[in-house]
Parts: sequence; C-alpha cells; structure tokens
Amino acid sequence: MIRIQARTEPSTLMKFASPIIAIALTLLFGCLLFSAIGKDPIQALHVLLIAPLSDSYNIGEMFVKMGPLLLCAVGLAICYRANMWNIGAEGQLLAGALGGSAMALYFIDSESVMALPITLLAGIVSGMLWSAIPTFLKLRFNSNLILTTIMFNYIALYLLIWAVHGPLRDPQGFGFPESALFSDATLLPTLFEFSRIHLGIVFAVLAGFIGWFILSKTHLGFQIRVLGADEPAAKYAGFNSKKLSWFVMLFAGALAGLAGVSETTGPIGQLVPNVSPGYGYSAIIVAYLGRLHPIGAILAAVFMAILYMGGDLAQIEMGIPVAVVSMFQGVLLFFLLACDFFINNRLTLSNQATN
Amino acid sequence: MDADLITQILFAAIKTGTPLLFIALGEVICEKSGILNLGQEGMMLMGAVVGFLAAYTTGSMGLGVLAAMIMGSLMSLIFAVLVLQLGANQVATGLALTIFGTGLSAFVGSGVVGQTIQGFAPIDIPLLSEIPYLGEILFKHDILVYLSFAITIALYFVVNKTRIGLTLKAVGENPNAANAIGIKVLQVRYLAIMFGGAMAGIAGAYMSLVYTPMWVENMTSGRGWIALALVVFASWRIGRIMLGAYLFGLASIMHLVLQGLGWSISPNLLAMLPYVATVIVMVIISADHFKEKLLAPRSLGKPFDPRNMA
Repeated sequence: MIRIQARTEPSTLMKFASPIIAIALTLLFGCLLFSAIGKDPIQALHVLLIAPLSDSYNIGEMFVKMGPLLLCAVGLAICYRANMWNIGAEGQLLAGALGGSAMALYFIDSESVMALPITLLAGIVSGMLWSAIPTFLKLRFNSNLILTTIMFNYIALYLLIWAVHGPLRDPQGFGFPESALFSDATLLPTLFEFSRIHLGIVFAVLAGFIGWFILSKTHLGFQIRVLGADEPAAKYAGFNSKKLSWFVMLFAGALAGLAGVSETTGPIGQLVPNVSPGYGYSAIIVAYLGRLHPIGAILAAVFMAILYMGGDLAQIEMGIPVAVVSMFQGVLLFFLLACDFFINNRLTLSNQATN
Repeated sequence: MDADLITQILFAAIKTGTPLLFIALGEVICEKSGILNLGQEGMMLMGAVVGFLAAYTTGSMGLGVLAAMIMGSLMSLIFAVLVLQLGANQVATGLALTIFGTGLSAFVGSGVVGQTIQGFAPIDIPLLSEIPYLGEILFKHDILVYLSFAITIALYFVVNKTRIGLTLKAVGENPNAANAIGIKVLQVRYLAIMFGGAMAGIAGAYMSLVYTPMWVENMTSGRGWIALALVVFASWRIGRIMLGAYLFGLASIMHLVLQGLGWSISPNLLAMLPYVATVIVMVIISADHFKEKLLAPRSLGKPFDPRNMA
C-alpha cells in the first residue's frame, strides 16, 4: 500500500517542480470546470493561454500587465522571506498612483525634462509612506501587520476615489470621476511603435534583478534570510531585526508605489478610480509561485500576466466572466501549497500494513 | 439629538454589526483551537452568493441560509485539509481561500447580479418589543439577528462551562499535551474550522438575504477582515465579541449619523471610517504586548503534526 514518509532532506527537485505541477493541475481543473458549464474546454484554454501570445499587440499587452505584477511581487517576496506578512501591495500601489498623479497634475503645463522623474519619485515616496504606517504600528505598537496592511488597502482605495471625485477631478471633465489627461512631459515613453509597452516593464525586470542581488549577494540579504528562517538565530547573531523589517517594508512599498505611478503615467495616462484590477493581491500568488525568489517572480509574473490577458479575451470571445482569473489564482495557490507538501514528504510503496 | 434618533442609530448598529458577529464567533472558535483562518472574506462571499441563489430559485429563505452554511463549511474544508493534513502555511492558505472565494462567488453569481428578493421580514417579539427604547433597539429585528443572540449565548455557555470548551482550549493552548491525554487534536481542529466556515456562510447569507438584499460582487467589502480584527479586540472572549461587533457596526454607519447631523463630509472619506477605526482599535489593543501574548491561544497559527508525536 502507499504510505506517506517524511524525507530526510527537503527535495530540491520538488521545490522547483512544484509550481509546474501546480500550474498543470490548475489547467486540468479549468478543463473540468469549462466542460461542466458547457464550454469547449480546449477552446477555453486556448483563449486563456495561447491567444494572449498570438499577435504582437497581445504580447505587448501581456508585458503591460506583467509590469505592476512583477514590481509588487518582488517586494512581497522579500517581505515574506523576512516573515513580514505584508498584504498591502494593493494599497501601496494605489497610494503610488494617487501621489504620482497629484504630482503629474502639478506639472500639467510643464515641458521640463525633470517632470517625469519627479512624478515617478512622488509615486515611489507615496508607496513607501503607505507601507511605513503599518510598519511603524507593528514595530512600535505590536499591531498585526496582516490586518493593518489590509485595512490600509481599503483606506487607500477610498482616498483615491475621494480624490478623483474631489480635488483631482478634471474641471473640464463633465463631472466624470477622472483627472485631467497628463501632459506628455509626465508620460512614460513607450518602447515600440506597435504596442503600449512602456518603460514600466524595464523598471520591473530591473527590480527583479536588484531584488535578487540584494537577497542573494549582499550581507543585508543574508540577514533578511536568516531573520525569516530562524528568528532566534538572527537575534543571537546580533542582527537588528527592526532595521531589517523597515528595509523590506519600505523596499516593497517603493516598488508597489512605482507600479502604481507607472500605471497612471503609462497605459492609463490619467488618474481613474479603477487603476488596478487587483494587481497587489495577485502579486501575492506571483511571489509564492516564484518560490519567494525575485528571479522566480519574473517567470511567475509572465504566467500571471498571460492569465490576466486570457481572462479579458475569454470574456470577450466566449462570454466567460472575468472573475475566473481570480478563481484560477486561488486554485493555483491551493495546488501549489498541496504540492509543496512533497518537498518534505514522499509517497512510498510498502508491503507492511501501517498501524 | 433626540431619543428617537439615538434609538434608530442603535437599532441600525445592531443590524450592521450582526454579520460581523456571526463571522467573529466562528473565527474565535477556530482560533481557540489554534488555527488562524484568513479565508473569512472568501467563505463569506460564497455564503452570500450561494444563499442568495438558493433563496432566489426555491423561494425559501430558510433553505438559503442552510445552503450558505453548507457552502461555508465546504469552503473551510479545503482550508482544513491543506492546513491539517498537508501542514500548509495557515496565512498563505487562508489568503488563497479568500482569493478563490472572491473569484468563484463572482463567477457563480454573474447571472443574478442586480436581482432582488423579498428578504426576511422583521418580527416583533411579543412583550419584549414593548419595552420603551430597549425593545425598539433589540426586539424588532429579523430572525437571523435573534439567531445571532441565541448562538452567542450558547457559545458563551459551551466555551466557558462545558467539557467541550475545555477540550477546545486544551487543543489551542498546548496541542502536544492535549494529544498526550488522548484528545484527537486534528479532529477537534477540523470541527472548529468547519464551524467557522458555517458561521461565515450565515454571515454572508445575512448580507445577501437581509442587509441589501441582493447579490453584488465583493459585497462584503472587507467585513471578513474586520471580523478578524474584532477577535483580537475582544481578546478571544465571546461576550466582548458581541459588544465589539455592535461598536464596529456603529462605526460603519457613522457616515449616516454625521450626515443626519448636517455635517457635510464627502461620503467617500466617511466610507474609510470602519477601516480607520479598526486600525486604531488594533493599535490600542495590541500596544500592551504582554497582555496580548497572555490572551491569545498559545499555539495559534502553528502547525501540529501527530506523526511527530512518537
């Protein structure tokens, strides 16, 4: 009979195979689900996964969606490595979009070359500020980081909605809750003629490599990894856990803020209420799927961006509600967590009955 | 402010606090067994949509609530298997459950968005509802509010006065010791998690069958998360959870109160109030590090593997 046996050492092979198995199982789940609701499963999977890569415009859109996912995921991966359960990437992204947009509107008549860098900086600082508050509350008052970061997601959302209905609303916008269109001086340049791919994807991939460098090649990264793996050991070694916590949270806030301002100054070009279709939450899945590793996050972000694109296409072409995207994300994380069980355990065949 | 207005506000605070009370009661039982389930929002949304669908198609409100409870427990069962059987990280699994439930509920409910149903009618309790002011506030609600009163009293009794409560506490405080005296730790945790799921299901049904009554995507707007904060606020005590739920309910309707008083503040800013209030409350409660450590179930969030107990 089949028995579960603990491995003597964690399996490296399984650690890398687990995300791939999880993706395969999620696709299988998708096939069964689409059959159950009377859609052709092969066509549905084609629309979800292949169609997004079918022409240059769609590939471009895939990179547009990958940018914010990756920026948020790199920050979260480093936070989770340090055992800081930051669920606040969504709020930090929205704060970055809001702060950056306020600055972009200040530069609305400007043609200065400094307008864009200052706008981006405003977004980054806003994101950092938004992650600094829960960090301060945790380190000073011991409040639960998961819950405060989530509350700040909601607060950021209502602040943004308030701003587009109030102070940042376009006076000539016929009362629509939108800001004025930004001036060209504060728009991120696009990289190619044929698509909306903009500088944001470059920031994101750079962030992935910077994150990897910090985590794998610096003493700071070593301290972060030790803090996450064995807190008493980190304390014994004299690492300043408060300083490390501040670093990972501000780093994540800066990247999420950059993601937000890159959205408003990139593909959107103005501040609107729905800046993010939940990128900050999906980035949690991206971080996990990438094994909490910044380079892994790059691969995972590609997959997640395809899924987002596929969700849009599935709605247009097959009438499948776009909500399947977050459902698949949840299922994917379930399968991933289940597969991870086999990093430390294995199935063995044995003749003896267990008692 | 006159007495009638205050009565109306307190009546509304109880109505608004009731879904929070349901989820928080479920979660506190779960946490007392040592399990932190962050999937509340997902379970609640699934309860809301399935409860609405069941009531909408059968016309029976009771079946709606029942379906929501069953759905909530089924959702929590996914969490339970991953966390208890496969030793998965509780935080990550709970988040996955919330993301999954958010998507699945929107998927399942896409056909009935905007449809309305009758909802539960309020029932005036004879005699009790005649009491001046108090009767108006407490005894002119719908049946689910009375159910929440009954469950609160029953749980208070079970947790504090019975062997079941003691078993639950033993498992949450020290699973190894509980295991040693023959308590089936995983079994207790399965039941606690599924009870939490059923309660989150009722809370969802309350939103879609009573409070609105209709189904809208993401209609719980963070109540599952606020309930998690509420459990900390109440320091894991049943009575305080009830009080806290109504206080949070009051904070959620403060914008109506302020508008009633003629203050002109943007409704979007006022919509932040419950979340800001939650943060402030959490800071005040947890600032006393020592006290919180003393009150929280000691094995909260830590996995327990009976195979390691040779």
